[in-house]
Parts: sequence; structure tokens; C-alpha cells
Amino acid sequence: MTEVAATGVLAPDVTSDMRAARTHLARRFLKNPLGVAALSVLVLIVLAAVFAPLLTSYNPNAVSVLSILQGPGAGHLLGTDGAGRDVWSRLLYGGRYTLAGALLATFVAALLGITSGLVAGYYGKWFESAASWVTTLLMALPGIVVLLAARAVLGPSLWTVMIIFGVLLAPAFYRLVFTAVSGVRNELFVDAARVSGVSDFRIISRHILTVVRAPVIIQASIVFGIAIAVQVGLDFLGFGDQSIPTWGNMLNDGFTNLYRDPQLVVWPGLAVVLTGVALTLFANALRDELEQSARPSRRRRAAAAVAATAAGSAGPDTDTIVHEEPGSPAQAPLLDIENLAIGYPQPDGSVTRVVNDVSLDIRRGEVHGLIGESGSGKTQTAWSVLRLLPSGGEILDGSIRFDGEDLSKVPETKMRDLRGGRIAYIPQEPMSNLDPSFTIGNQLTEPMRIKLGLSKAEARARALKLLGQVGIPDPERTFASYPHELSGGMAQRVLIAGAVSCEPDLVIADEPTTALDVTIQAEILDLLRELQQELGVTILIVTHNFGVVADLCDRVSVMQKGRIVEMGSARSIFADPRHPYTRSLFDAILDESPARGPYAETRP
Amino acid sequence: MLTFTVRRLLYGVLLLFVIVTLAYLLLYAAAGNVGRTILGPTATQATVALKNQQLGLNSPLLSRYFSWLGHALTGNFGSSWFTNQPVTTAILTRLQVTLTLVFGAVIVSAVVSAVLGVWAALRGGWVDRVIQVFSVLGFAVPGFLIAVFLVRYFALGLHWFKPTGYVPITYYFGGWVRTVTLPVIALSIGLVAGVAQQVRSSVIDALRQDWVRTLRSRGLSERSVLFKHVLRNAGGPALSVLALSFVGLLGGAVIIEEVFGIPGLGQVAVLATSEGDVPLVMGLVVAIGVIVILVNLVIDLLQGFLNPKARIS
Repeated sequence: MTEVAATGVLAPDVTSDMRAARTHLARRFLKNPLGVAALSVLVLIVLAAVFAPLLTSYNPNAVSVLSILQGPGAGHLLGTDGAGRDVWSRLLYGGRYTLAGALLATFVAALLGITSGLVAGYYGKWFESAASWVTTLLMALPGIVVLLAARAVLGPSLWTVMIIFGVLLAPAFYRLVFTAVSGVRNELFVDAARVSGVSDFRIISRHILTVVRAPVIIQASIVFGIAIAVQVGLDFLGFGDQSIPTWGNMLNDGFTNLYRDPQLVVWPGLAVVLTGVALTLFANALRDELEQSARPSRRRRAAAAVAATAAGSAGPDTDTIVHEEPGSPAQAPLLDIENLAIGYPQPDGSVTRVVNDVSLDIRRGEVHGLIGESGSGKTQTAWSVLRLLPSGGEILDGSIRFDGEDLSKVPETKMRDLRGGRIAYIPQEPMSNLDPSFTIGNQLTEPMRIKLGLSKAEARARALKLLGQVGIPDPERTFASYPHELSGGMAQRVLIAGAVSCEPDLVIADEPTTALDVTIQAEILDLLRELQQELGVTILIVTHNFGVVADLCDRVSVMQKGRIVEMGSARSIFADPRHPYTRSLFDAILDESPARGPYAETRP
Repeated sequence: MLTFTVRRLLYGVLLLFVIVTLAYLLLYAAAGNVGRTILGPTATQATVALKNQQLGLNSPLLSRYFSWLGHALTGNFGSSWFTNQPVTTAILTRLQVTLTLVFGAVIVSAVVSAVLGVWAALRGGWVDRVIQVFSVLGFAVPGFLIAVFLVRYFALGLHWFKPTGYVPITYYFGGWVRTVTLPVIALSIGLVAGVAQQVRSSVIDALRQDWVRTLRSRGLSERSVLFKHVLRNAGGPALSVLALSFVGLLGGAVIIEEVFGIPGLGQVAVLATSEGDVPLVMGLVVAIGVIVILVNLVIDLLQGFLNPKARIS
């Protein structure tokens, strides 16, 4: 069962971006305690096998009828086996044959697999299709059966069996090298080398082999483990060459004498397990280091982001500029956020705050824009209203009153009732926000059946009606479609239909047009405006685009570095942006979007 | 979808044809003097020649191959050289035993891996670490060693199960359970190690997807999000691992059947190859090839069910 795991599963994630991995991998590996421990065990096992004659004075094959099945003791360190042979010396010499056999298989597999992988990956063409055919063929054969057949024909030689097994395992290396090489073949640095007249041989050895070196070592240690397992398995069944001491032959003898001396299987079993575990841990540790060093850029970026927010939170604690409005509302606001703070506790005990002291209120029936650049904390604020912060995120302080109830304190079951039913969500990126495995119809009807208690037929009818309402030309067809069959604009319409399906009071739209084409953006904004007027729903729209605000919003909150800097009616903020950050956002519109030009006139 | 399935099936049949042809030519080319092998060193030259003639071994290899292929297509694979039992009978009687073990192991591994993988993905912490350690052990320790251990403690020690033999389920259910449990466990552990790891990482992966937040925002219960949506999306990669391991599982069954003395295909394989019973070996090659093709077909269909994108390709 392990043999295929190696040939198929490993290749893709190991090969990903291996170029970055070359640097310092060995040094990093030596700092991984588990990896070093595994490597030390392997070295010890190899040394014990190599220096067997120094560690024992017994001949591993010396049969002695007088000392059959003796327990461990003075004469024999680990006792004797069913033929009176010294177990300790057989274990040491057995290591020699077992390890050498597995090494041979690994060598053959690596030689065939790497060579054919390089040729197929670098030159492609007919060789590639032939090689992939042979690979499929080899992988469809159960190794053990082939080896049994080969043994029947060629006799029980350890070396022959291991060479054949090496051929069977070659796909493990072939796939790995082929994927890596065909990925790297058209990279710029390879092109550059080719253009500057470097020979193919040099390109392969200098630029390509270095890329696959570490993954090949990982694969080799796994293949080595599998070769040991299979070889020991065959010997254990009694199909090996009985004249040489191997761990498998020892197991065979131990199993025969299982009733009389159970510990005979323990020593070779322990040797096999120890070697196997050490090889697996070695491969895992090397892979962990490889994957980590393959993405240092991401970690640096994350560190930079944290630094930025930290700097932001340390900024001057100025008050929010509030534009006074004639006649304050009679009704209590639908959503009233006060002094909200959101943070992510770090492993070192500190807390990275992404939102500081945000207060804003949203009146019934209004469209409220929450505007700010990316990283200002506006999406985090929106998610906190739904209590769907990414894992690790917490509301540290403040309250979120929805219709009088503090959402930061209600139990999860109550929150689940509110979600979808009273507070709904329209995401930013339509294609990644639909479950790819279910039809649109299924995803639309599931919440309606829970929230509105509709029957299957009723939910279907309502879903079709909603799809029509959001402007989908053929609701029946879309209902039966899967997400990957829709365009981005269509998917966003579906998500909007989903958001309003259970008659919510508040819809939180997180940059609902950012991921769409410009023409479709306008259509989606129109749709939101229509729905808002038709259904009378309150909308909190998160955006970084003043054009969207101008199109839709009654009131606006401007957010910068985790706090609200300016707030008021859209009209008065457009007429008189007071905070420098708000003004800079207006400047940004001028730069990026001439279509929204008219508002430039309102600038002071 | 249908054309895709048909194409995969045809591809499988072609592959089987290539394997069978290679196996036939190689096995017969290497078989040597068959009559001598069967009759032993004491037989006279004349009887050996007669035996070879009876077996039709005097005609050229290629014509023998085509005649075998013609018969094989009608389901006639000849008879064993040593027992004279028809190959089809010899294989069919043992096939269901091996299939019981292999499919038992597949089902047990699928269920256990799903539970362990999801658990590790959701809980993290010590549960995750325990499962990681278990995975390393399961991957590194050969199945037959686990089998020996199980026999030693649960059959010989505690007498909960039978150490050897096989009782058909139709004959006596209790006996069947006592004979198949340990072999199925021994076969499953290595598979669970690989598949649980895959389930774990694909569940973690799926939970990070945007649509999970959107589904939650619709007010779906955590149970529905997890078991209906996340698990279905995580199922595809896990199924691939399971499928890739299937061929290895058939190989593993050979050794496990030997350890537990179970009269399945593995025993036929061991016997036929050690005696050099070429007709029987050829029958095995065909049987295993057909099983592998059928299993791959079922896996393809399941993948199509789980992943709508796979249906169009």
C-alpha cells in the first residue's frame, strides 16, 4: 500500500517553487531536531551494518544444533534462532544485505526515473507520451505479484529482485523530475542560458538538476523505505535467498517459531520499524524545511503588514470629524457600533490590533458606505458584525448593537439565527464565494428552507423568482448550474440573490464590485440600488471607491488605520471633505478613474 | 461524462492488453523446459517430450499466444499445469475472499481516515499531533509486521480472533468476523495513515475557502457547513489517494493472506509463481488487471459525483 503513495501523492507539493529552496536548505535542516534525530538513527544503523565484523565475533550463518533457540545471555547477546545461529550477528549482517538491496533498488529507480524525467521534461515530444504510458503501465501492476513471478523465472536472488523492483518504482522519480523540469523548462533563466549558447547538457546539470535535488532526496528516502518493506516482506514469506542473512529471513524464522520464542520476531521487526520511521521522519523534516524556505516572501509580506497595522495603532489619537446634520433621526439606529476594537492574539502573547475604537451608526433604510484603503480595517469591521472573523480574530472591546441587542455578547446559536435571516452578507470575490461542488439552486434553497421553513418546491420557486429579480436571463438554467459555469457578474448576482433571499433587515456588502469588470460594476450597483428601494433593506457597503459611495450611499464613514476619521452624509462629505485622508482619497479618484470626473468639481 | 467514461474504459482495456501480452511473452520465453519442470528430474526424456506436446508447447510462441488470447476472450484460460484445475475455477473461488479483504480494508480505511482527518483538522493541538505520529508509524511500519503483532496479541494472546483460516460469510457470520477482522486491520493501517493525512490537509484547505464564510453568513448550521459542504470538497483529493493505493493494496493482500493462511488470490499467486504454473499466473494477471480497471472506473465516476468540474473534462 505504501508503494503507490510514493509514486503518486508526493510529487505536486514537493515540486512547487523549489528554486527558492536551494539556499540554506541543508543548514536549516540541521536545525530541525526531529530531522537530525532521524538522520542520526539512520547513520547509526548504517554504521552498525558496515562495521558488523567489529561488533560481533559470530558467523551469521553458523548453524549449531546444540544451541537452538537459546535466550539472550552471556554467550549470545540476543540469543539464537531456530537453527542455533547468533541473532545479534544476523541482525548486523542482515542490515548489510537488507540495506544494500534497498539501496540498489533506489539507485535503479532514481537512475531510470531521473534520466527519463529529464529527457521527457526537457525535450518533450514523443518521448514524453511514451514515458507517461510506461508509467501508467508500471503503476497498474501490483509490485509483489511481479516480483513473485520474476523470482519464479529468475530464481531467488536478492539483487535481481531489487533491480526489478527499482524498475517498478522508477515512476516515483519520473513524475517528480518531469513535473519540475517541464515547469522550469520555459523559465527565463533557462531561456537566457540557452540564448547565450550554453549546451543542453550544461543547462540540465547546472540549472535543472539543482532544482530537483532536494525533492529527489526526499523521494529517495521514501523509495528506500518502501524497498526495505517489500524486500523484507518477500523474504518473510520465504521467497528470498535463504542462504544470506537478511532481516526478512530473520522474520521468517521468527514467525515459524512464534509459538516457541516470540522475541525472535522482535529484533528484526524493531530494526525494520526503526529504519522505516527514521526514513519517514527524515523525509518529512526535509520536506517541511523545503516548503518553508520556498515561501519566505509571504512571511516577509505578513510581517510587513503586521508592522504597518502596529504603526497605525500607535498613531495620533484624534477624534472623528462628524459632519453635523440638520434634524437628527427620530428612530434608534439599526446598527450601532461603539468603540469597537478587533485584534489577533499572537503566539508570543501580544495582540495585533487591526481595528481601534470604531464607532458608527447605521440608520434604518439607509445605505451606509464604509470607505478606506485596503488594510484600513473596514472588512474586519464588517465581518465582526456577522461575527465571522477569520480564525484567531476576536472582538477585544466595544459593542455592536443590532436592533438593541449586543452582537458581541449573544450566544452562537442566537447569532446563527440572525445570520442570513436578519443580517446578510455579499462578498467581494464572487467566484470564490460559491461552493464549487453544489449547484446554484442547492446553495440558494438550503438557507431558505432553514430560515423561512419553506418546502423544497416552495424554496425552488422562490429561488427562481429571486434569480429573475437580480437580472439573470435564464433562471432555470442558472438554478441547475454549478459555479464554474457562471461568469463573475452572474455569480455576483447569484450571491446578491442569496443575501436577500431570507428578507434580511441589514445587508453587509464587502466591496461587491471590486472583482468585476467596469461595465458589470455599474450594473451591479444599479441592481443594489433597485433592490434597496424595492425591499427597503438597510445596506452597509464596504468599499475603497468614492465612485461607489457617490452612486449609492446616503451616509459615509471614512476609515483609516483601524479608526473612523470622518463621518457624515455623503452629500456633505463630498462637498466638504475635512480630514486630510478623505481628501487624499478624493485625489485618488482623479488619478485612477476619469469616468467619475464630475465629483472633482466638488473638491475645495 | 459518458464519452469520458467510455474513453477511460477503452484506455484501461488497451492497457490490460499490453500488460497481458508482455506477461505472456516474457513468462513463456523464460519458462524453459516446462515438461521437465512438471514431471521432475526422474522422468524420462520421452515422457517429458510427450508432456510438452500435450501442453501444446511445441508450436511457435506467437501462434500459442493468439490461440490463448482467443480462448481467453471466451473466458477459457486453460488449466493449471500441476493440478489440472481450470484456471477460471481456481481464480473465481478465491477471488471473493481477496475482494472481501481488499474492499473491507478500503471501506474501513475510508471511514477511519475521514473521522481521524476531520478530527485532526478541526481540533488541532494534541489530537492532531497524536494522529500525525500515528500516520508516520502507519506509513513506516510494513503491514505484515502489524499482522504478526496482531496475531501474536489478539489471536494467540487474547483469543479474540482466529490466527489463521477463513470462514465464508454465508457459512457462519461469527466465524467470518473472527477470521477477517485482523487481516482487514493489518491491510488498513498503512492506507489510513496516507488517506487521513490527505483528508486532514484538504479539510484545513477547504475551511480556509471564502465560500465557507459565505455559507456561514447565510445562517447554515456548523454541521451542514462541515459535513455537507467542506467534506464533499475535501473528498476528491482523499479519493485520489485511496485510488492510487488500491494497486498496492492488492499486493499487500498477497502477504497478509500468507500470514493469516487465508485461501485467496494471494495464495494462488504465491503457489503459481513458486511452481512456475504459467497458465495460472496468466489468469491472475488478467484478474488483477480487470479489478484495477473496474476500480479506477468507479473512482472516476465518484470523482465526477464529488467534483462537478471533473465531469466536463
